[in-house]
Amino acid sequence: MPVLVSLVLRRLLGALPSIAAVVVVTFVLTRALPGDPAAYFAGPAADAQSVEEIRRKLGLDKPLPVQFLAYLGDLAQGEMGTSLITGQPVSADILARLPASVELTLCGLALALAVSLPLGVAAATRPGSWVDHMARVISTAGVSLPVFFTGLLLVYIFYYLLGWAPAPMGRLDLFASAPTTITGFYLVDSLITGQFATFRAAAAQLVLPALTLGLFALAPLTRMTRASMLGVLGSDFIRTARAGGLSRGTVLVTYALRNALLPVVTTLGMVFSFLLGANVLVEKVFAWPGIGSYAIEALVASDYAPVQGFILTMAIMYVGLNLMIDILYGLIDPRVRIEA
Amino acid sequence: MNAMLRGLCLATALATCAVPALAQSRDETLLVVVESGTNSLDIHAVGANPASYGVVWNIYDRLLSYGTKTMPDGSLSYDHTNIKPELAESWKFTADDEITFYLRKDAKFHDGTPITAKDVKWSFDRMVAVGGFPTFQMKAGSLEKPEQFIAVDDHTFRVKLLRKDKLTVPDLGVPVPIVLNSELIKKHATEKDPWGLEWSKLNDAGGGAYKVESWKPGEQLVLARYDDWKSGPLPKLKKVVIRDVPSAGNRRALVERGDVDLSFDLPPKDSQELAKGGKVKVTGTPIENSLWYTGMGVKQPPFDNVKVRQAVAYALPYQKIMDAVVYGRAIPMFGGPATPTKAVWPQPSPYNTDMAKARKLLAEAGFPNGFETVIHINQGVASLSEPMATLVQESLGQIGIKATINKVPGANWRAAMLKKDMPLFIDTFAGWLNYPDYYFFWGYHGQNAVFNVMSYQNPEMDKLIDASRFETDAKKYEDQVKGFVKMAWDDVPRAPLFQYYLDAAMGKNVQGYTYWFHRAIDFRSISKK
Repeated sequence: MPVLVSLVLRRLLGALPSIAAVVVVTFVLTRALPGDPAAYFAGPAADAQSVEEIRRKLGLDKPLPVQFLAYLGDLAQGEMGTSLITGQPVSADILARLPASVELTLCGLALALAVSLPLGVAAATRPGSWVDHMARVISTAGVSLPVFFTGLLLVYIFYYLLGWAPAPMGRLDLFASAPTTITGFYLVDSLITGQFATFRAAAAQLVLPALTLGLFALAPLTRMTRASMLGVLGSDFIRTARAGGLSRGTVLVTYALRNALLPVVTTLGMVFSFLLGANVLVEKVFAWPGIGSYAIEALVASDYAPVQGFILTMAIMYVGLNLMIDILYGLIDPRVRIEA
Repeated sequence: MNAMLRGLCLATALATCAVPALAQSRDETLLVVVESGTNSLDIHAVGANPASYGVVWNIYDRLLSYGTKTMPDGSLSYDHTNIKPELAESWKFTADDEITFYLRKDAKFHDGTPITAKDVKWSFDRMVAVGGFPTFQMKAGSLEKPEQFIAVDDHTFRVKLLRKDKLTVPDLGVPVPIVLNSELIKKHATEKDPWGLEWSKLNDAGGGAYKVESWKPGEQLVLARYDDWKSGPLPKLKKVVIRDVPSAGNRRALVERGDVDLSFDLPPKDSQELAKGGKVKVTGTPIENSLWYTGMGVKQPPFDNVKVRQAVAYALPYQKIMDAVVYGRAIPMFGGPATPTKAVWPQPSPYNTDMAKARKLLAEAGFPNGFETVIHINQGVASLSEPMATLVQESLGQIGIKATINKVPGANWRAAMLKKDMPLFIDTFAGWLNYPDYYFFWGYHGQNAVFNVMSYQNPEMDKLIDASRFETDAKKYEDQVKGFVKMAWDDVPRAPLFQYYLDAAMGKNVQGYTYWFHRAIDFRSISKK
């Protein structure tokens, strides 16, 4: 265990410079963007004078180093500024929206895993068979159809034509009330507080967007499972295991899959962080109040504070995610633990 | 057994009463979808977006409002000629330079505090002090200084006039001059924020017909009826839910399937097809005092040459834009008589697509082989501006003008307008107050406001605009308006294209939807049956 603790600590320390760099780079980049927030927010009948007035109010008339110091001071107190587009503190916005994105992404990922692992294993055990071809077709289709297209298509079929899915208008339909916030995940919160009607409503809203995301994540996961399984299945220890008369299931799951999982977990981590970003389009299609659409809206309006807050949050999440994957490695493969 | 039976009876009773209650609440609830919702509950706050106009319109009262009228197609519109009382029971000119307002004695804010002239005075002082858009809008009605506003007693409020301005009274009926609960806000004011904007942008401090029940920015806003509202007949709708749905396709599906009651500000293609589909009611109203146009920077050669500008105006593909860009959901603003016949704005310009004439004018201007230029468009309204730019580009190519298209991101558009260095651009402008001189004051006057993107300066025209703004004689006013419209035709710094529609699609049971100049929904007049 101490090995694990020191690994975590070393990882965290190692992440500090990258986070500091993210803070500086986002600050400079957002300022370098063409576009003038003062002009944007001055409103429909502004003249040059009122634009200047807004600029002064936003503190944008001060030199950049002064603005940067003020930003650092706010950050130190845990404040990320106020978003002009929502009018709320950025930290509150992100806290409210991040769970929506994470919940959606996790559900999409779970769906993708549930399909891609068995599919990849099946394809690897019977290369060249119809299962293998099916796996190839599904993953090619999943990755080549843009998410906004699959999203709209699913809405069109399951909501507009068939009427099976609920209206694509966010995390809950209009008549359900949100559960008391504990984790921010509606599924979890509604279960904890025992609001089963809310749970059902939230789950129903999740199905289509999670499916859309899952389809997209299917391809890399299936391909990686298949390739990695193929490699493992061809190796000596599997032949030995088979020769030793172990059952097919034991060979496949205990010996082959466990060894093949390592690259899959790496891919999983990459897919997860990628999906968090790729969420934007799904969020737009399903009116999902997530963090991706928030960041895009802020970017379009040159609203600095939320963009900086978003990138910073994402950077911290990536660091955390990488850490988790390293730990997972250790659990799956003892060799990693010893080397660390 | 007995207990079980009783329980069963109770359950049945509950079930039977629960069902009609739910059905009833659906009848008294309006579900609205919009592309993006409000970012502020207070229009005076920095950066309050257009969606906030609709919020303050419903949760705050103003002294005055406007009546409604029925349009030729049977739809309802506000009536700019009929100014009626809201919080002020009545008002009159008590001197040549003074208007006195007599407030309702029974009106209360949402927290139960009576609304007094002190609140009005504080609110008016606030809007001329906070700067930015609210202050600017009030200046348009010559409401500029706190000294102008006097609370005579609890229910009498007086405005001293700086000058005789016909826009003063109409300007009191726009969304900006709201009456806020001054005592409530003062509790939350800080030294840095003496007017309590930070608090009021997140909280309801009003006395209007609706209260804010809950608000999740970027997600949904729920309004509940304020049952003690006195400034008008009690609204029929008990609840209004406004949900943000960014995807236009989904908004359309939602209203078509009847899951929502009203979808507001539709893209023209959707409104045309929804109207044809017949499942929902589509109400389109031409946006008053508004115009989409092709503008030319008159300070930049070759557009400093009036013949070049006229050539461009004759080369524009007017009808194609009507058919392929706005799908007929607009009023054509071309092919009119050579001299203005009426003192209205907008009105069709005398220009038409006439390539022969355009070529001839271009040759006379000294550019028989055309020239190269750049068309600037606002990407924030790309669904309209992009196809328009492509059509214009193609059409200008026919007379030898080689244009490239520069798509300016929405966030940068205003900065680009302020710079005034665009040779050729496509844009729109709409004025809240429906007077031709108001439009020209912003769009054509030599004061060179941001909306005079062309930097057009003509002292002759300025004289007419300035005179008409304060003209009291109807005949003289008409001549002045016709005079400056004619100059706008001859000099053509902007070539009018069309007057755009504001489209709303709603369930067939939704009644009383009314067009307003501020382009937001007034829920007070809406009912469902």
